[in-house]
Amino acid sequence: MGTETEYGISVKNAREQDPVAASTLVVNAYKSGNVASVTWDYDQESPLMDARGFMAEGEAIAVDTANSSVINDILVNGGRYYVDHAHPEYCTPECTNARDLLIYEKAGELILEVSRATAERLLLDNQEIIIYKNNTDYKGHSYGSHENYLMSRKVPFDAIVNGLTPFLVTRIIITGSGKVGTENGTEDTDYQLSQRADFFEKEVGLSTMVERPLINTRDEPHADEKLYRRLHVIVGDSNMSELSIYLKVGITFIIIQLIEKGVVGEQFRLKEPVAAIKKISRDLSCKNPIELADGRQWSPIEVQRAYLELAHQHLSTEERTPVVEDVLEKWGYVLDTLETAPMQLSRHLDWVIKKKLMDAYRKRHGLPWSDAHLRMLDLQYHDIRPDKGLYIRLLKNGHVERLLSHEEIIHAMHYPPVDTRAYFRGTCLRKFPNHIHSASWNSMVFKAEKGFDKIMMERPHFGTQQIVGELLNYCTAEELVKKIKGNATKTDG
Amino acid sequence: MSSEKQQEHLEHQVAETEDTEPTVPYSEMDEEFTEDLDSLLDEIDEILEEDSEEFVENYVQRGGQ
Repeated sequence: MGTETEYGISVKNAREQDPVAASTLVVNAYKSGNVASVTWDYDQESPLMDARGFMAEGEAIAVDTANSSVINDILVNGGRYYVDHAHPEYCTPECTNARDLLIYEKAGELILEVSRATAERLLLDNQEIIIYKNNTDYKGHSYGSHENYLMSRKVPFDAIVNGLTPFLVTRIIITGSGKVGTENGTEDTDYQLSQRADFFEKEVGLSTMVERPLINTRDEPHADEKLYRRLHVIVGDSNMSELSIYLKVGITFIIIQLIEKGVVGEQFRLKEPVAAIKKISRDLSCKNPIELADGRQWSPIEVQRAYLELAHQHLSTEERTPVVEDVLEKWGYVLDTLETAPMQLSRHLDWVIKKKLMDAYRKRHGLPWSDAHLRMLDLQYHDIRPDKGLYIRLLKNGHVERLLSHEEIIHAMHYPPVDTRAYFRGTCLRKFPNHIHSASWNSMVFKAEKGFDKIMMERPHFGTQQIVGELLNYCTAEELVKKIKGNATKTDG
Repeated sequence: MSSEKQQEHLEHQVAETEDTEPTVPYSEMDEEFTEDLDSLLDEIDEILEEDSEEFVENYVQRGGQ
């Protein structure tokens, strides 16, 4: 699993805002200090062979370099950093568990901040580059936080829609980042749980930019499509709180396992999910009922509890890894506390942390919710600068819970996770930067004597330290390619 | 949750949302938290972007995904 985050960007005191130029400047600032000129491989061909999860193409292939000028950086941590739709975007490497994913998402915030500060030095003295890890400009323009989960291709898409929709709609009581006001022609409110809820208009669909659907049907697995589906979840908020991120991906990962097992079916289907997510977002008590398709009236807490109960009943001993156990425990704790005293989560969940901060600020200055200072405070909560970002100030002053050490976040800027193909990608980039022409989620293109050698990585669970660590330790780039191609041929034969 | 308990919670919720004063006391925690936050609020007063209204007005993004 992995996440993709689009960041909001603005240049203070610029005569004119040019978000594409600003994003390009920021992403390039990191590139220059990172691996030189490795481009994104957009052109994957059907793989021929499979060995240890790699597929190697026998013939040296031609690679079109004309289109690789798009601002792109593949990171030594196995992730990707690029400009997408006038926003800087960071994608984590593939991770196997919620804790690793949290670490790599947080590493992304530091990567953004390092490149932001570097780029800012190139500007005029009175100009500042401001980057927000949020989802809206409060004027109806939203940018996303997406999650990706590897699923078995065997699960029918209807089962995903039925099982996952009620879960995603109600999980905003845990995953919401909080927002002052409303957008997109939705019903007025002072403060709501979710940044993104106002922007969802359909139940199922392919689009991510207009008429956004609760369940996105994009089917681009970046892996063997016969075996896998990449479930693309676009209905989440960008979170600052470590616990919010951890639970968001942790509980969703668990529910996907339950859907694969067939234990979540249609039992929680909602009557009107699109209306429900907006209603829930406006209910700070998390207790007002929503209607299920069969007429039952359940609060979002009750729906979440029902999912949690299924997880307790059906996860096998092997599936209950230490991280999964921890996620289940924290999920239960958060639901219990939302039930009895939601504001006690003011050290834990983004929407509650932000609400408390706003209440205190409003109290001190006697401000109504409509005051611009509140929207400013909302924005600045998501500012990634350590001296200006309000969430970061809260963290540094001990006002919010930490799950991670700063050291492990910094480590994750420079090293990939060890237990997915990101290990192969990131380690090759660090060891052989001059031998790699381009890379993508499922391919690495090495420069060869004549043309290029493309290695496909169609199985995300391969390419791990356990499988290729030794190989990467002693091989040169040429030897590595030769070995993998040799193995691929043997397997093929 | 029993329906009686649920009713209680709902009433509590209604009472909260009907109270439009800026100082909604959710619990005693609220007071503690607020006091706790005093130094942070001082800091926020210092670091919050000046001219919030203009700043917020000028923050316009192109829609993303």
